[in-house]
Amino acid sequence: MIDIFRNSLKKGRVTRKIKCNRPDAGGSAPFEIAGKELRDIIRKKFGRSFHIREVDTGSCGACESEIIACTNPIYDIQRFGIDFVASPRHADALLVTGPVSKNMELALKRTYEAMPGPNLVITLGDCALDGGLFKDSYYTLKGAGSVVPVAIHIPGCPPKPIDIICSILNYLK
Amino acid sequence: MDYKEILKNIEGICGAGSLKAVANGADEVYVEAPAGSFNKLCHAFHKTLNSPVMMFFAVDNTAGNASYRLYCVFSGAQACGKWFFVYFDVPENKPEFNSIAKEIFSASLFEREMKEMFGIIPLGNPDTRRLHLHPEVWPKGNYPLRKSFKAGSLKAGEKKEYVFGKIEGDGIFEVPVGPVHAGIIGPGHFRFSAAGEPIINLEIRLGFTHRGVEKLFEGKKPEECLALSECASGDSVFAHSLAFCGAVEKINSIDVPPGAQYQRCIFLELERMYNHVADMGGIAIDVGFSFPSAYASTMKESLLCLNEKLTGSRYLKGINAIGGTGKSPDKNFLADLSAGLDDITQDFNSLKEMLLSNVSFMDRADNTGILRKKTAEDLGVIGMPARASGIPNDLRKDFPGVYAKMNFKAAKQNKGDVLARLNVRFQEFEESISIIRQAMNLLHGDGVPGNNTGAGKPGFALGYCEGWRGPVLYWLKINEKGFIDRCKIVDPSFHNWQGLSYAVLGEIIPDFPLCNKSFDLSYSGNDL
Repeated sequence: MIDIFRNSLKKGRVTRKIKCNRPDAGGSAPFEIAGKELRDIIRKKFGRSFHIREVDTGSCGACESEIIACTNPIYDIQRFGIDFVASPRHADALLVTGPVSKNMELALKRTYEAMPGPNLVITLGDCALDGGLFKDSYYTLKGAGSVVPVAIHIPGCPPKPIDIICSILNYLK
Repeated sequence: MDYKEILKNIEGICGAGSLKAVANGADEVYVEAPAGSFNKLCHAFHKTLNSPVMMFFAVDNTAGNASYRLYCVFSGAQACGKWFFVYFDVPENKPEFNSIAKEIFSASLFEREMKEMFGIIPLGNPDTRRLHLHPEVWPKGNYPLRKSFKAGSLKAGEKKEYVFGKIEGDGIFEVPVGPVHAGIIGPGHFRFSAAGEPIINLEIRLGFTHRGVEKLFEGKKPEECLALSECASGDSVFAHSLAFCGAVEKINSIDVPPGAQYQRCIFLELERMYNHVADMGGIAIDVGFSFPSAYASTMKESLLCLNEKLTGSRYLKGINAIGGTGKSPDKNFLADLSAGLDDITQDFNSLKEMLLSNVSFMDRADNTGILRKKTAEDLGVIGMPARASGIPNDLRKDFPGVYAKMNFKAAKQNKGDVLARLNVRFQEFEESISIIRQAMNLLHGDGVPGNNTGAGKPGFALGYCEGWRGPVLYWLKINEKGFIDRCKIVDPSFHNWQGLSYAVLGEIIPDFPLCNKSFDLSYSGNDL
């Protein structure tokens, strides 16, 4: 115990304030305001936690990158009560990206069926709405809406973290 | 060495008489294979140039001369700085040829792809299972890349289950994973066969994100397809659009102004940096070391924000244009970039120290997931993982273009384990910073954007660049009317997924995510 104290006294504070170039950063930034509002809604409607399962049905990977960015220490979407879970069994909502490749149709359906009700589905990115750039392909369906009923769409290619949080907020309001 | 000397040597080796070779553009040589000697010729090129099969694809010429033309591409970088295309025609009414995968294993996946997309049968290839068009959903007898195929007219045919390779023996069990994974990543199916803890076989089944990208290029004007190339792989947006533009520019003999070339070089390196730093964090989190991972994710975020500040797009979308970069940098470009690099250099040094000075981290990374040099060569592994296994290859050195003016060292490691791949990333990250600074000095703030929409000439060419994973290759053919006739895309992931399945052998299943992250291959780039 004494060793641990001595060690931390000797080293001092090793963390430092993260410098952020984000244009909408700071305490009163749009992201923070939207996030706090969202936190209050999630507290009331979902008992403090809103859990999302993500399914990639053929996206290019940029949407995934932005979803992961939401969880980094700068945006830290978890503090508002939103988290990404590993199993559809734990999920309140399904987050679908990609135009739905034929190979993923069954997997998407099964993931949807594995969720407990009321099966909220969110689509993210332009492809997931109607196929986007891949609309005319021989191997894609026309977006997630043709497989499962969709409640919210988050537009963008890819949508930024601020767009993701604002779209969810607008729906839950 | 001149490429003609190499051709002489090869004529000697395979005794095929004099070869007909035509140069196309500055760095491509097309060699027609005399009847019956395609296999011998490919083998001779493979051995002489010490190159894996970089691309092997078919072009549908059934409208003109009732045949498919097969091109097999080798890189003669070290020998003479040329790309060699060996080609021959397969008749439409009898679409088959003798498999070259028996001698050159790196051709194997390409042959399987050709079989499912064109119905051209590689005789003698032991594995002809489908890659992208899963037999459960795609009926037999439909070949989407044939010109006669129309999206609406799918013929009914047999559908069947995919058969996995079977490993049998006492105490061997299978662990199937995917296609929907626990994390936020692309879909793929991994089937581990394990005896006790060590993995004795891993079969990777991909194709879940197949979207028919190559077919979507066909029948469009090149400038319409830029956005499509940017969506081939979401973390290599700039590399893919650059390779695509390179092909169009070569066909139309467009000279890109130096200012635009330096800008492109800067953006390509920025893309490399944000991906490498994300992977350093990913490797850390996969051994349960969360602080550096969080640290790296803030670094990635600052790089994405820097991209946005410089170009308006976090993923560098919509910047490349045929003939240049579309717009000149604004007046704060160099100042912003310089400040951003200063911050990131400082962060990078502390991240590197954090990882390399931690004993338990090093214990997990060192000696894990070894990909031996010989295995990597046989499989045709290219790019970043190849450099970690001691194979010197880097298009920025081999076919430098604008990189000829930059002073940098290509990364090299020998061991081929997770730590080696991490070290390659460290080295490349440092070199990228230095390359960007050199390009900034050359740019002097007067980057001429260069934008040429007069791209309508017919012809064909290979566009390429060294993305952060490795070489991104686009072979493009434009017809007389100025529309794209065929676009063949090869992302390095297509070569490298097999490398992963060999690197994990003998490791325990909990180390798989670590090995996987150290390669960090693209699902969408592979499946297209």
